[in-house]
Amino acid sequence: MNWITNYVRPTINSIFSRREVPENLWTKCSECGTMLFHRELAEALNVCSNCNHHMPITPRARFDALFDGGVFTEVKVAEPIADPLHFRDSKKYTDRLRDARKQTGEKEAMLVAEGSLGGTPIVAAAQDFSFMAGSMGMYVGNAIIAAAERAVKLKRPLILFSAAGGARMQEGILSLMQMPRTTVAVEMVKEAGLPYLVILTHPTTGGVTASYAMLGDVHLAEPNALICFAGPRVIEQTIREKLPEGFQRAEYLLDHGMLDRVTPRGQMRAELISITRLLLNLPPETPALPGPETAEPEAPAKEAQKN
Amino acid sequence: MTHYLEFEKSLAEIEGKAEELRAMARDNSEMDVEKEASALDKKAADLLNSLYSGLSAWRKCQVARHPDRPHCKDYIDALFTDYTPLAGDRNFADDHAVMGGLARFKGRAVVVIGQEKGSDTKTRIERNFGMARPEGYRKAIRLMALADRFGLPVVTLVDTPGAYPGKGAEERGQSEAIARSTEKCLQLRVPVVSVIIGEGGSGGAVAFATANQVAMLEHSIYSVITPEGCASILWKDANRMVEAAEALRLTAQHLKELGVCDRIIPEPLGGAHRDPQATLRAVGKAIEEMLADHDGKSGDTIRAERRRKYLNIGSQGLAA
Repeated sequence: MNWITNYVRPTINSIFSRREVPENLWTKCSECGTMLFHRELAEALNVCSNCNHHMPITPRARFDALFDGGVFTEVKVAEPIADPLHFRDSKKYTDRLRDARKQTGEKEAMLVAEGSLGGTPIVAAAQDFSFMAGSMGMYVGNAIIAAAERAVKLKRPLILFSAAGGARMQEGILSLMQMPRTTVAVEMVKEAGLPYLVILTHPTTGGVTASYAMLGDVHLAEPNALICFAGPRVIEQTIREKLPEGFQRAEYLLDHGMLDRVTPRGQMRAELISITRLLLNLPPETPALPGPETAEPEAPAKEAQKN
Repeated sequence: MTHYLEFEKSLAEIEGKAEELRAMARDNSEMDVEKEASALDKKAADLLNSLYSGLSAWRKCQVARHPDRPHCKDYIDALFTDYTPLAGDRNFADDHAVMGGLARFKGRAVVVIGQEKGSDTKTRIERNFGMARPEGYRKAIRLMALADRFGLPVVTLVDTPGAYPGKGAEERGQSEAIARSTEKCLQLRVPVVSVIIGEGGSGGAVAFATANQVAMLEHSIYSVITPEGCASILWKDANRMVEAAEALRLTAQHLKELGVCDRIIPEPLGGAHRDPQATLRAVGKAIEEMLADHDGKSGDTIRAERRRKYLNIGSQGLAA
């Protein structure tokens, strides 16, 4: 018995667990159902190779693909007071936060980093939809302020990727106050004469859209991203009619004048390099610079003609 | 006729009975009901006092939304002279949910802007229940820019369930309009003072209430989401709004503690609608004091103070 429990079972278990197939080797596209191999999916930046659906991507993966050589340094964000309202619904807010931290391995719903983009030094911030739906609370506000202050200090453009279900209700009015707070941050960047570029990704809604996400010098969006103030369900309930196909999606907003461009994720880096260098009146990027992808410079130009 | 809220039912009964007695006495002069009626009055006053001395967050929401509560138009009529409404966003339309224009406040030229909910079915529909579309925010932006150009202080009166969630509103850039309005509030070199007179509904309120000083009426509310909306998302049941209202800490008293509200304007016992004149006077006094606080300050100082105020919000939480 002892020999079995102490030796045989652990040995069998270890052999078995080593051979265990990782659960997430294949990912099912949430749009078309195609099974996508994890390595290929990561290489395509979480874009489905079959239907071009842009699945959520973590800020870290995004930054890996954005910055030259995937090299970036995190910018420190001031820690807000925890659970200022002592909020509790079916669960305590502090427990929800703890779960989200465990699940994502991240501290909060926004990551700020500095590095270079096509040779241009920039500061970037990316919202993490997997962390409590990317919701904007005090930390996200502090992150945007930190990003803006850093951009102003280093005289660099600020590039921000938005993704959020809206404000973080568990922080009540203090989450709402992030609308003016982040607007102050955007103003700081603009007054310093620096570009502020926003990339709206799926989904960007509520108070996030109605503040920093709609105040960019240039607004890019990922294909088919839901971008709105009030969500489609709320509107349907209010006006009691069916909404048109593609309503509040990136292409629809482009048609209605709210965005400059809809750019596929794979071309985003090349396009951002080009835009920042144009705005800063710098010569085109020297092709020798290493980048995670080598996008054809013609591709974004073609896209531009289409519009 | 007095409109009673659901938690005021017993009060309605007592006040109704006193009223009935007095009506009977008017028809029959031999009846002496005064003693009985005044006893009922006393009972009603005691009940009113006890009901309103510790209003729950949800009850405050109900008072804040009371249909007879003085609305933006009442304040403009009572507190401002030479009110000259200015209309339109110069792009698309004039939004009747937003009132605003040039006016004089105690002799001083100002720009006043506010959300108006309407007071009967006809005006409520006309005003879209105080829910602005992008045109309303863009009108406000225009008026704020005008104020800035001519050095006139801006007074905003906030009373909205929120921005209007409609198809056209979204298509014409509701988010962008709100964002720009908040941005404009932050850019002004003239003082912006704001009074939340009823409901401060989410982004629709922020676009008007990003101010040097924000006052709230005692039973007004200011929240990131309606209690009903919050309950349906977090509790998955819109009927849990009583708990949601409590958890959101949306009362003037909580917001003062959190540094979002700078001063609380007391309301008459039983809410603003029980004595509108007293409420109007109290709000007038608060506006006067808030404007006076900025006299002699330079435009740069006024703007820098407003920004600093917002950057600092969140440095204090509620006591445990």
